[in-house]
Amino acid sequence: MSEPQVFERIRDEIGKNDVLLFMKGTPVFPQCGFSAAVVDVLSQLGVKFHGVNILVDPELRQGIKEFSQWPTIPQLYVKGEFVGGCDIVREMFETGELEQVMKEKGVALATAA
Amino acid sequence: MPMHAEDIVRLIQEGIPGAEVEIQDLAGDGDHYAATVISAVFAGKSKIQQHQMVYGALGGRMGGVLHALKLTTMAQRP
Repeated sequence: MSEPQVFERIRDEIGKNDVLLFMKGTPVFPQCGFSAAVVDVLSQLGVKFHGVNILVDPELRQGIKEFSQWPTIPQLYVKGEFVGGCDIVREMFETGELEQVMKEKGVALATAA
Repeated sequence: MPMHAEDIVRLIQEGIPGAEVEIQDLAGDGDHYAATVISAVFAGKSKIQQHQMVYGALGGRMGGVLHALKLTTMAQRP
């Protein structure tokens, strides 16, 4: 079974961006509460990230669900690894685990001291 | 079409036998739920794998007929 062509694009995006958020809307203007929550967490951590708006790209919207085997958006990738959706990211942020993952993977944090 | 809370519980328990499932209808509209799923099978698995198991039990409904399910999984009661 050949894999969908869109997987190539997804890998390319993930490879180009250390912290990548597949989301509904844009980082400046999220169009779903769950996407907004993850943007908020990343902003609080002071992490620079790239947002991909899947609402304007139906192929990507379906493709990313199959690629990650994850049925919902948002989806956060850090250094090529799928970290989770909104619930997991929020939970990891609250326990401090997310900050640890970012540090372990060498992602710069600009948290105010 | 919204889903009933009992159907969500039943599907999860069919997929993960013996799981304890607590469900809350967040908005009262049958479309926004929070679920806590407790099962020993989660032990040693990552959060992503745990959530994927629950999504698997829901058989493709998540993100479709079931719009919002805030999910918390754990291997045992805290």
